[in-house]
Amino acid sequence: MIEKLPLLSLSIWLPVLTGVLMLFVTGQKHKKTSHWIALIGAAATFAISLLLLSEFDSSSYYIQFIEDKVWLKSLDIHYALGIDGFSLPLIVLTSLMTLIVVISSWNNIKFRATHYLAGFLIMGGLMNGVFAATDSILFYVFWEAMLVPMFLIIGIWGGANRVYASLKFFIYTFFGSVFLLIALIYLAKQADSFDIFNMQQMVIDLEAQKLIFFAFLIAFAVKIPMWPVHTWLPDAHVQAPTGGSVILAAIMLKMGTYGFIRFMLPIVPDASMAYAGMMIVLSLIAIAYIGFVALAQEDMKKLVAYSSIAHMGFVTLGLFISFALLKQQQVDAAVMGIQGALVQTISHGFISGALFLCIGVLYDRMHSRNIADYGGVVNTMPKFAMFFMLFAMANAGLPGTSGFVGEFFVIIASLQVSFWIAIIAGLTLVLAAAYTLWMYKRVIFGDIANDKVASLNDLNGRELSVLIILALLVLFFGLYPSPLLEIMQPSVEHFIDCNLVSKLTPEGMCS
Amino acid sequence: MNESINFSLIYSEIFLLTAICCIMLVDLFQRDRERKLTFTLTQLTLVTLIILGFNQLNMPLAIGFYQHWILDTLATTLKIAIYIMTFIALLYARPFISHRNLMRGEYYLLTLFSVLGMMIMVSSNSFLLVYLGLELLSLSLYALVALQRDSKLASESAVKYFVMGGLASGFILYGVSLIYGATGSIIISEVSQFYSQNPSNLISQFGMVFIVIGLAFKFGAVPFHMWLPDVYHGSPSSITAYISSVPKIAVFGIAVRILMVAFGQSIGDWSGLILIVALLSIIVGNVVAVVQSNLKRMLGYSAIAHIGYFLLGLVPATDASFSAAMFYIIVYALMTLAGFGIVIFMSVAEKDYQNVSDLRGLGRYHPWYGLMFTVVMISMAGIPPFIGFWPKLEIFRQLVLNGYVFEAVIAIAFSVVGLFYYLKVVKEMFFSEVEESPEITESRSLKVALSFNCILLVLIGLMPDSIYDYCLTAFNIIS
Repeated sequence: MIEKLPLLSLSIWLPVLTGVLMLFVTGQKHKKTSHWIALIGAAATFAISLLLLSEFDSSSYYIQFIEDKVWLKSLDIHYALGIDGFSLPLIVLTSLMTLIVVISSWNNIKFRATHYLAGFLIMGGLMNGVFAATDSILFYVFWEAMLVPMFLIIGIWGGANRVYASLKFFIYTFFGSVFLLIALIYLAKQADSFDIFNMQQMVIDLEAQKLIFFAFLIAFAVKIPMWPVHTWLPDAHVQAPTGGSVILAAIMLKMGTYGFIRFMLPIVPDASMAYAGMMIVLSLIAIAYIGFVALAQEDMKKLVAYSSIAHMGFVTLGLFISFALLKQQQVDAAVMGIQGALVQTISHGFISGALFLCIGVLYDRMHSRNIADYGGVVNTMPKFAMFFMLFAMANAGLPGTSGFVGEFFVIIASLQVSFWIAIIAGLTLVLAAAYTLWMYKRVIFGDIANDKVASLNDLNGRELSVLIILALLVLFFGLYPSPLLEIMQPSVEHFIDCNLVSKLTPEGMCS
Repeated sequence: MNESINFSLIYSEIFLLTAICCIMLVDLFQRDRERKLTFTLTQLTLVTLIILGFNQLNMPLAIGFYQHWILDTLATTLKIAIYIMTFIALLYARPFISHRNLMRGEYYLLTLFSVLGMMIMVSSNSFLLVYLGLELLSLSLYALVALQRDSKLASESAVKYFVMGGLASGFILYGVSLIYGATGSIIISEVSQFYSQNPSNLISQFGMVFIVIGLAFKFGAVPFHMWLPDVYHGSPSSITAYISSVPKIAVFGIAVRILMVAFGQSIGDWSGLILIVALLSIIVGNVVAVVQSNLKRMLGYSAIAHIGYFLLGLVPATDASFSAAMFYIIVYALMTLAGFGIVIFMSVAEKDYQNVSDLRGLGRYHPWYGLMFTVVMISMAGIPPFIGFWPKLEIFRQLVLNGYVFEAVIAIAFSVVGLFYYLKVVKEMFFSEVEESPEITESRSLKVALSFNCILLVLIGLMPDSIYDYCLTAFNIIS
């Protein structure tokens, strides 16, 4: 029965249709009903993603849950879906985060809350589409379409400077993706098909590979974001409403990583190899320099935003260090680097999402994100302080939390290449601890700073439940990451054996 | 067969002309200030034409009237597009003109005459008919623009339109006369034969350049675009909606006949010209549109940019690229109608709200229309899954397939600039906080028509094949 259902399509269109339905619900009368509709839609989507997880055969690298229908006959574009070990965790993460956002914005959106939730549901479905699409144009359609709800969410429900931030967000990411489009068209011309996996099995000469590499780089680096195209992220994060920040940090940034893994590395491995050094340097700059920038922030959201950039630096470092390792024939270490990058991707989703939720909890009560406005919160919100502590520690990469696993893998892998890369990367663990814990100290500890802090109420049941879920996940994957690793293992090995081999000649390509 | 006078080839045209005469007579004896009967008859005529068009759609190619007239799938498809767009434009126009002393029979008659002109254009197989059709279209349009006699802006733009349009027609006519001098024929297929025997004939090349310039004038492509923003701005909004969308389809029709058929043997001569004009249009149109505060002018410059993208489709000069261009121009017309539909929507009893800032707060007070207009803007910017994306994709694909990668990169990079000004409209509608709602039209029919048009942009966006198949069939790529 379950095998017959188009689960992937359901995971995309169920939330989208629920969201579209909710757009038609207007007025305050039906507010409660629409909240419940949103909750049910998001929960059902999450349930579907769990079904996917349970049905997924994690012993093989094959694309599973394949759906393939001709969408546009004239252009040979297919409605083709399928997932492997890379995309499955991301789909589960997306569905979970959408559910969490729906729960967490239950009461705290005053203006057109129904449409706010509808935006998140639509976006959640479209993001699932990005991870599930195996036709490159279908991927592009989801990739772009998802920008629209996010743009509206930041622009309508955002902070004081929301117009600037939302325009910057949209235009920056659109600028990146137009080059992606040209690259895809070019590749489709060569492959005579828009299918991503056909594109991966194709001979391309080095000159063309380099151009395609840069087209991909612009598209995905903006999304991750890598230094120096990261400047939209702090603006977008600071101005976005809490839910927007959570999705932005937890999912949207991951699309950049996913793009690297799905497109850039397997399609143009030789160019990626040639520019691996540059990418490693850029990653290190992101890790170290952005870490220092984060240290100087006065605004909590901005601080977490910069820390996101730094942590995503580990992801790109892990991906590209594996090229350096492959050059030295150290396949095991390369596997480790890529696995580290992927674990970091998922875990950063939990941690950054949780941190933004924590800041949201404070913001709902105090309407301020300035660190200076706080102090001594532990005295009035002890439960909150405990959770915030856990996530802050996880952000700093404390062993036992999921933040540690990925970074540890990446640092171990880079140690095989160069002592200095490992040192610079390791240095930021100190930096991360410094900026996160310093913020924590200023906000939570000390004497009660002002009357507002004195009158704070501790977490309510709804906030508590959301934070408990995330806390459990952070701890679970910190102590026992192997379920996640097992899902990815075959895909990563196949990726290294088949996709990262040279595409200059047909030799060595897996059919 | 070619020599024969075969009236079955032109029965749509005969029907339309008869209908025009009848409507003219009916209108004469009408006392109704709202001209309900005239309007109904006009729309009925168009609906009948649509049905006739679909009947003709699968007829084999036929040439008649001493080779002057051609009836093929391309012509019929373009005609159907023209009828449908005109139908929508008149739906939009009705509430607008009834408040502005424009509700006269002439409005409908002139529109129908321009439709007749366009039908002649797309079906012409000789330069003579091209010119006749073009003039019938242009003269009707000049009169339409000038219909609002008491408005300074409208009169000014009518004069501008007339002078510039006359100049363009002059260019085309001069080009035609040079070509006639060189080839001794005004029949398009004979000109083409001449070219295959004499590939480089200076006089006819000279004539061709004039014709290309004339076409660029009519399209409003840079550097022949100066008239366009002023005319779009000055004309009554409902007429702007019409002249900015439907005639472009017809001009595309003659561009195909002239460039692809007549000069099909010397593609190298004109595709370079078109390429420059197209890239300039994309760059100038997008950049200048950014600073416009008047919505009509902004849409005018955005139209220039769109024409640039469309012209890029002509550059590779293959059947596939022409059908991509056809797809683009039809989608463009549909989007532009919706775009100026917004302007009409914002015009309430005798007052025009034309500035982008007049939309402020629309999304907050009327979220449905805010959403619909967002769809229009995002679609124009070329964001999937809305319809505006697909023709762009197809144009870029044709460019890349034919080795114009660098040009495609320039064009697509400037679409990012385009995104900015489209988003500015969305920003005004949704992001600005205002105390009171902007005024919107009270006409229910306009609301329904506009919503329908916008929903169409989404639906066709999900199934672009529904239009694109017709374009491919028109160029015999699929049958």
